[in-house]
Amino acid sequence: MFRYIVRRLLQMVLTFFGATFVVFALVFANQDDPLQALAGERPITESQRLALTERYHLDEGFFTQYGYYMKGLLTGDFGESLTQRKIADLLADAWPTTARLALLALVIAAVIAISAGVFSALRRGGVFDNVTLVATLIILAMPIVVIAPLAQLVFGIQLGWFPPTSGADPSLWALFLPALVLASSVLATQLRVTRTSVAENLRSDYVRTARAKGLSYRRVVSVHVLRNSLIPVITLIGVDLGQLMAGAIVTEGVFNIPGVGFNLVRAIRTEDGPLVVGFVSVLVIVFLVVNLLVDLLYAALDPRIRYE
Amino acid sequence: MLGKSPWKMAVGATAIALLAAGCGSGDSEESTATSNTVSIGIAEPQHLIPTNTTESNGAEVLASLFYPLVDFNEQNEPVEVAAESITPDKTNTTWTVKLKPGFTFHNGEPVIAQNYVDAWNYGAYGPNGQGGSYFFSSIAGYADLQSKDPDGEEGPQKAPDPKAKKLTGLKAVDDSTIEIKLAAPFASFKSVLGYTVFYPLPKAAFSADGVLAEGFEDAIIGNGPFKMKGTWQHDAQIQVEKVADFKGQVPKIDGITWKIYQEDSAQYADLVAGNLDVQTQIPIESLASASADLGDRFQKSPNSTFQFVGFPTFQKEFSDVRVRQAISMAINRQEITDQVFLGSQTPATSFVSPVVAGYRENTCGDNCKYDPAKAKELYTAAKGPAELKITYNADGPHKAWVDATCNQIKAALGVNCTGVGEPKFADLLTKVEKKEPVGLIRLGWIMDYPLMENYLGPLYSTEGSSNYYGYSNADFDRLVEEGRSAATPEEAIAKWQQAEDILAKEMPVIPLRNAQNVFGYSENVTNVSVDLFQKVNLYEIERTS
Repeated sequence: MFRYIVRRLLQMVLTFFGATFVVFALVFANQDDPLQALAGERPITESQRLALTERYHLDEGFFTQYGYYMKGLLTGDFGESLTQRKIADLLADAWPTTARLALLALVIAAVIAISAGVFSALRRGGVFDNVTLVATLIILAMPIVVIAPLAQLVFGIQLGWFPPTSGADPSLWALFLPALVLASSVLATQLRVTRTSVAENLRSDYVRTARAKGLSYRRVVSVHVLRNSLIPVITLIGVDLGQLMAGAIVTEGVFNIPGVGFNLVRAIRTEDGPLVVGFVSVLVIVFLVVNLLVDLLYAALDPRIRYE
Repeated sequence: MLGKSPWKMAVGATAIALLAAGCGSGDSEESTATSNTVSIGIAEPQHLIPTNTTESNGAEVLASLFYPLVDFNEQNEPVEVAAESITPDKTNTTWTVKLKPGFTFHNGEPVIAQNYVDAWNYGAYGPNGQGGSYFFSSIAGYADLQSKDPDGEEGPQKAPDPKAKKLTGLKAVDDSTIEIKLAAPFASFKSVLGYTVFYPLPKAAFSADGVLAEGFEDAIIGNGPFKMKGTWQHDAQIQVEKVADFKGQVPKIDGITWKIYQEDSAQYADLVAGNLDVQTQIPIESLASASADLGDRFQKSPNSTFQFVGFPTFQKEFSDVRVRQAISMAINRQEITDQVFLGSQTPATSFVSPVVAGYRENTCGDNCKYDPAKAKELYTAAKGPAELKITYNADGPHKAWVDATCNQIKAALGVNCTGVGEPKFADLLTKVEKKEPVGLIRLGWIMDYPLMENYLGPLYSTEGSSNYYGYSNADFDRLVEEGRSAATPEEAIAKWQQAEDILAKEMPVIPLRNAQNVFGYSENVTNVSVDLFQKVNLYEIERTS
């Protein structure tokens, strides 16, 4: 187990550097004229261009720029955005908000998906099963760019149940509606996977054995079946967590949450290389750590899985 | 082992997740219900140092923190505010600014002439990279503060330090007198002084001579009716509160919360729900429902935005003036402002905005009148190109009207016209610089100070900073220059009007629309007005209850 974790951590270091290099290269290739992008449609004077070019090493070649960035990163300095804010500060402001949003969304999605999935698997072909099937199909078919403004209009403005925007440093209540919207993007798949997996396991031999031993149906389902059925669901949830953190771009915009998604959009709009790479680097770490945790959770759920 | 207690783990994980989600959720309801403050929506300003603030969000916030030398009256003429008097010498070259006594910065420092001189020198010094530095270019000695890279941007050599660090044309004669010597006579210089970059900075702003103190931008100290409450909360809000015993005009409210939004639509949602008091620009997609949502709290007022398309001079097919006239006549401006912009913009038929003194209606004449028959006739006679393109930046709200315009051109001229979206404005400029055949270029202009010259100079003169299409006419340049150096503002306007007449004949660009402020406010506030610079009038706005 320990050796396994160490090996994975070492792999993570390699993946991390590889990923940041690729992202840096992509941003560099996309970079046209970041100073003009920042200024929008206003003209830039020559001396301003000169001063900023020098400050951000914009006239240097790719490897020199990457070298500067990596040197800073390894000494704990994420650098400066083109609007002269410390990227470390931007990260510190944005990440907690997005993490809270993503976790809340994940909890909402998992609770609904697993309970509804198990229930519809137990009553296959019943009314509940069919209703959830149709409902999940509708949710799957609606992209988040539709759901988010719609939810804001209906629940935030017309009914007034939730605040229409969350703002910076929101309360749990203010985050609930955007989290629900985000949850809807992963809910349907999780629900369907839970249902299929539970339905399959209900037919397996060990369930019959357990019943034959005289265990109650409730115990068989809640302990034996559910535990075995959760393995694919956990994988999905792990992948979803990364997606929720990165994929909150639309939701964060609609509900005015200054998190990771918004900062990424801003960074890409202004061709701000170090800002993009800063946020993506942390995103890469989140993905790697979550994947490791998911793999370790397998062992917890299925004693047959051992890591050496 | 782990495997023994999966449920405990799952429960624990959920608990941690919930805790993490819950913790740190500060009380966002710092209710301002009882206090006499208003909230106004903005986007995150890029900067708050006056000389580096050229976009409207930062300028709005600064307008609450600073008290300008001059402001503009209803006729858009400059009137002294923090200045006692601003007087030129006989040649309009040396201007003497006398300050009103008794003003202090928020930290208690008295406002003296040297504060202005220091701030302006900082802004003009090239290596400081200030976005508003070009405003100081009319002051004597500006060139010596700039450096030039000797071998171009790509070359290995670094640019040398500029020759001087201070503008020779600026002098603090005594504590209340600034003497400004211009490089060339400029009769309307007083209007220029109304812009954001001409605010003063206190001694506390500088850690050394010409070096801004670290962190000053986040807790900026001004001389205005409001002061910062705490620091700039990036991407969240900027709170300002009333200064006690302010010597100038006293606002009727006790404070402002500048709420920062990423998207206009989110801002609009908050406005309709009553969580925000003022939105200065309602997004185009919400215009259709704005009257129903807000009733008479949805209003319009003029602003200075001028929308047009330019003809790149490097494309020979546009060199015949009849082609340019024909395309202009093929566009039905009224239909587009009504259908696409729902009346939030008005058709433009002149080359400057209606908000500046000297504006005349319809200087473009027949060339801007929708006349498809005549357009077709001219176009065929001039053998105009069979393919037309209008290039725009796709990150702005331009696709709808560009496509509509193209369809009108198609219908009128019987040629093929396509709208081409470039991801960003910078991409468009790059293509123009490389002289790629981009076709017509979508452009817009917001004035810096209310003078005709602020449209004519940057947009159409040979050396104009935003003359991306390369228009050049020696007579035009001469007239604009003569207007600048004319003895009085009236004579200047006469010259500039002559210059505008040249444009009407040559049609280097097609005027399309003048934009307006379309703003809305909540039931909590009244007396809301938005000026030409898209700023809320902070001295008039009041809370209702």
